Amino acid sequence: MDHIKKKAYLINTIAVVALYLVFFVLIQTKTMNNYFVGIAIMTCIMIIMAMSLNIVAGFLGEMALGHAGFMAIGAYASASFSMALIDSGLPLPQLVILILAMIVGGIVAGIFGFLIGTPTLRLRGDYLGIVTIGFSEIIRIFFINFGPTGGAAGLKGITRLVNFHNVYWVTIIVAFLIFTLGRSKQGRAIISIREDEIAAEAAGIPTTQYKVLAFSLAAFFAGVGGALYAHYQSFLEPSKFGFMFSIEMFVIVVLGGLGSITGSIISAIVLTVLPEMLRSFAEYRLLVYSLVLIIMMIFRPQGIFGRTEFSLTAFIESLIQRKNVKKSIGGGEAS
Amino acid sequence: MNLFLQQLINGLNVGSIYALIAIGYTMVYGIIKLINFAHGEIMMFGAYFAFIAATSFHLPVWAVLLSSMVIMAIIGVAIEFVAYRPLRNAPRLSALITAIGVSLFLQNLALIIFKPDPKVMPKIFPETIYKLGEIEISSTTLITIGLSLFFMVLLDLYIRKTKQGRAMRAVSEDKDAAILMGINVNRTISLTFAVGSALGALGGVLYSVAYIQVYPTMGVMPGLKAFIAAVLGGIGIIPGAMLGGFIIGMVETMTKAYLSTTWADAIVFAILIIVLLFKPTGILGKNTREKV
Repeated sequence: MDHIKKKAYLINTIAVVALYLVFFVLIQTKTMNNYFVGIAIMTCIMIIMAMSLNIVAGFLGEMALGHAGFMAIGAYASASFSMALIDSGLPLPQLVILILAMIVGGIVAGIFGFLIGTPTLRLRGDYLGIVTIGFSEIIRIFFINFGPTGGAAGLKGITRLVNFHNVYWVTIIVAFLIFTLGRSKQGRAIISIREDEIAAEAAGIPTTQYKVLAFSLAAFFAGVGGALYAHYQSFLEPSKFGFMFSIEMFVIVVLGGLGSITGSIISAIVLTVLPEMLRSFAEYRLLVYSLVLIIMMIFRPQGIFGRTEFSLTAFIESLIQRKNVKKSIGGGEAS
Repeated sequence: MNLFLQQLINGLNVGSIYALIAIGYTMVYGIIKLINFAHGEIMMFGAYFAFIAATSFHLPVWAVLLSSMVIMAIIGVAIEFVAYRPLRNAPRLSALITAIGVSLFLQNLALIIFKPDPKVMPKIFPETIYKLGEIEISSTTLITIGLSLFFMVLLDLYIRKTKQGRAMRAVSEDKDAAILMGINVNRTISLTFAVGSALGALGGVLYSVAYIQVYPTMGVMPGLKAFIAAVLGGIGIIPGAMLGGFIIGMVETMTKAYLSTTWADAIVFAILIIVLLFKPTGILGKNTREKV
């Protein structure tokens, strides 16, 4: 690891810990009440969902409109697993149960991502979009009709294992993993497919394999997000994972900028917190939301960040540089 | 056998409505390559205008249909002008998100204007029931199927025989070449939205008459299914949309009658997926070879 990289890791780690401490103090001193903590937890879950969708929509550049389906699979799988585990009476600490449940949810969703992705990824563009909608609707209808997980009435009695502290760190870890994926050999292969599939293939990249990899990874992280959602809400109903929820996630990703992880994070925060802030307008809330969406797309169609990432190190460096420039100008005047 | 024939007629009824709505999706997609998510909401507003025309103004049937179609044609053109035209050269996904935004906007506008509770759509067509042996056909069903077929034939003639229709086909084939040939592309696109929205509105009115209800979110499910119909037939191809609409309507009715009501939607989606896996551009779609 060279010097610049080390510095970047150090700065980002400090920033992440500092942000956590701010929230920690706010929660401990009750400045943030349960309502706001709830919003913060939902925001973290939406950040995970948006980042995972960004692997397919941003890195791979394919239209995937069925992300809620994978989230549902992860949620139901992890919830069934944790309920069985707790019923079995093993004396495990809550955090361990949550971690195991997240892994189970992620893996089951990832397997379904693999199974669905393998045949469908030969379709392109809008056709792929509609097929992913189709699969996620089939998944939802399956859960409506599936007795063992409560059917249409929903799955009740999931132990609530998620609080702000663990969801925050999971989000950080997922962000780190997806970010490094984008910089890895595999990630660059996936991005090259987005840029030009034929050229990528000519350069010796097994495109189908990497497409399925991207799709399964996205499904895996969506499953993790679903597991967190299940263990936060402690109640699951199939109607939550409808077509509109997938669209909502897709909107977050496009608004943040396709392929920009930091963009997804910022956009997930804005689009989760904004509707909550507008609650006092009640019925005009979604009207404003949709108007913001239209205006935003007309004036900034590439999203908030486009394809670039916000870099804290570069930001700090530019601040320091500006100070130095000021100093040198000041020095010039003095002499 | 009788049950089967009865279901066949029901399937035609639902299918013709889906076909009408699917045409709007496919025309817009053909010409600007945009999935117009707001089309389901155009259909919903069309139904509301017909409801108002029938209950508040007591207009005759033809005036109810015509007024709703004309108003929605104007609104459709306005939506294109305000929301889609500025994005014509932007990335396609941005236009898609805008379409989603417009769809949400119209839905919530309807929630505020008309309130969320469903209204009962009056029977605007004269109601008599014809009996053929043991099969019952209501005049509403006959009128629905007849009107849909009439407008489909009209549209087909319009697209194939008139100058504007030829311009539409030219623009959807190659926009730049169409400009060079002196076709007013902007006007042609507006016209496409007008025709598509008018047919969507008609579909909405017929749908609300068939299900006797009007409510702000009524456009979502039929909109999605009509979209599936358009993709199934091969998106961008008008006869494909009609065929897809009838197939989806028939499959839905038959699964509801013989298999299961709760799984009907899942089976519709499964058929779409299977067809697309074997024929990735839809039933009537042509395979275009990729050039490097």
